[in-house]
Amino acid sequence: MADKISTREAYGKALVELGKENKDVVVLDADLSKSTKTVNFSREFPERFFDMGIAEQNMMGTAAGLAAAGKIPFASTFAVFATGRTYDQVRNSIAYPALNVAVAASHAGITVGEDGASHQALEDIALMRVLPNMTVFVPADGPQTEAAVRAAVEINGPVYIRLGRPKIPVLYGDNFEFIPGKAVKAREGKDVTIIACGLMVSYALEAADQLEKEEGVSAAVLDMHTIKPLDAASIVEAARETGAVVTAEEHSIIGGLGSAVAETLGETLPVPMMRVGMPDLFGESGKPDELIENYGMSASNINAVVKEVLTRKK
Amino acid sequence: MDRELIANLEEKAKKIRRHIVRMIGEAGSGHPGGSLSSADIVTALYFNEMRIDPQFPQWPGRDRFVLSKGHAAPLLYAALAERGYFPADDLMTLRKMGSPLQGHPAMQKLQGVEMSTGSLGQGLSAANGMALAGKLNNMDYHVYVLLGDGEIQEGQVWEAAMAASHYKLDNVTVFLDHNKLQIDGFTRKVMSPEPLEEKWTSFGWNVQVIDGHNIEQILRALKQSYAGNGKPNIIIAETVKGKGVSFMEGEVDWHGSAPKPDQVEKALQELA
Ligand SMILES: Cc1ncc(C[n+]2csc(CCOP(=O)(O)OP(=O)(O)O)c2C)c(N)n1
Ligand SMILES: [Mg+2]
Repeated sequence: MADKISTREAYGKALVELGKENKDVVVLDADLSKSTKTVNFSREFPERFFDMGIAEQNMMGTAAGLAAAGKIPFASTFAVFATGRTYDQVRNSIAYPALNVAVAASHAGITVGEDGASHQALEDIALMRVLPNMTVFVPADGPQTEAAVRAAVEINGPVYIRLGRPKIPVLYGDNFEFIPGKAVKAREGKDVTIIACGLMVSYALEAADQLEKEEGVSAAVLDMHTIKPLDAASIVEAARETGAVVTAEEHSIIGGLGSAVAETLGETLPVPMMRVGMPDLFGESGKPDELIENYGMSASNINAVVKEVLTRKK
Repeated sequence: MDRELIANLEEKAKKIRRHIVRMIGEAGSGHPGGSLSSADIVTALYFNEMRIDPQFPQWPGRDRFVLSKGHAAPLLYAALAERGYFPADDLMTLRKMGSPLQGHPAMQKLQGVEMSTGSLGQGLSAANGMALAGKLNNMDYHVYVLLGDGEIQEGQVWEAAMAASHYKLDNVTVFLDHNKLQIDGFTRKVMSPEPLEEKWTSFGWNVQVIDGHNIEQILRALKQSYAGNGKPNIIIAETVKGKGVSFMEGEVDWHGSAPKPDQVEKALQELA
């Protein structure tokens, strides 16, 4: 697994491909095109790229209008601004009228690193999944990101795509299927299921390998790349088969994947369950790896939580 | 004007620029361009203009400075350290885990930071609130704000601009760092905020245009901004992004990249 690519880079690549295939695809950015990687598209298709300046609210409203007139806009900025700064615009101009806008938000999560808490979106999944009509993708690697970007064009309605800054391992090869709303069994196991999204899928797989070697624990990993619509069937099946569940996300433990899974299991098949994610805190400046470790989201943290949940399994 | 004072401030600005370059070099990330372009303005404020006391950072009567363009945090930290809020050695902890010197200013973590910023476009609103409180409390402190010329593309800035003149906040003085660059290129090309003078005038502000690297002009403009005619004040400072380091000057790529060790050395020589 030597290959590494950030999901934002994969997004930038996919946009250019899509631009060639579909002339209705247009891209907007808010003075961050080099960071969100929409810059690639802007060079290939300058007439279909709009830099809206540092004015995210206006960007979302403009994207809504473009969609209303038949275009397929991708609007990009950092996740913290794409969801927080423009919440009312995304809610009332994009989600409510169910417009075909893809909000592709980069630099999500704590792995933003040194820029610190003002730039670390740890609540964006919660904010987006609560909106009716919204599809929410949190891709786990480069190839899956490209597939999600393609899916966003096919889906008739608003889509939120959560992208990250750091380079992360490529998990999926050339032959894989990406079905929106259908989780991927990334690893088989029978004692416990780790349900993860985004870069936490890599950490979950690492934790599962450690658990196998060191503890003889057989952990399945479910890649929940679509948070909404949620694949409730796979969650219930995993709970039934393994009898315990741990969720792992680079997001507040409040309101994100862990909450969505808890809501599902609580109403259908309650089993011992624990959540790995950002505690109810703002982040801080630091190196991405240090922050992941310090706030309890590393593979060894997942490993420890799995052991704890197993003590509660009957 | 006092020649010696001006010479001293110029020396201080150089020292602050040296800190900025060293800190960002050590951190390995950060924003040198916009920190260097505002260095003369912030030096004039912290080392001549503002009524502040590092021994009593929370003194209610103090003047306030809001760094609305929060990515220029290294500049603010350098000024605070030089002014005695904390030891200059701590500057080298910028952006490291556990440091109070966060990538963007965090008021809960560092004394002297008046407002947490980093999400652009929000500082003037907060400053207006401080200024309103000053009026309500019959206190004569002044509130200073530093805005970026790209930052004013944010709609919230104009909501705040309207409110400041509506509430006659003549105890607010904004410096607009007119360095003509943002991340994606020239502000005029990305989303032109021009014409600046006319816009701010029509919003009911006293407007002055100065050379933002000329300490004498900065001090004179500040004096003028205490006219107390019921209007908020904006000083449009014509600046050069990356000012003081030849290879950074006017170069968009130095907005948010850290200098490598040899570049730090070269920059320090130029700033000696
Ligand atoms: C709301 C928001 N959008 C985007 C950013 C990312 N960003 C950081 S600095 C910057 C450019 C700022 O340009 P300008 O205001 O001209 O600052 P200066 O040239 O003085 O550095 C951008 C877009 C941000 N920090 N906040
Ligand atoms: Mg600028």
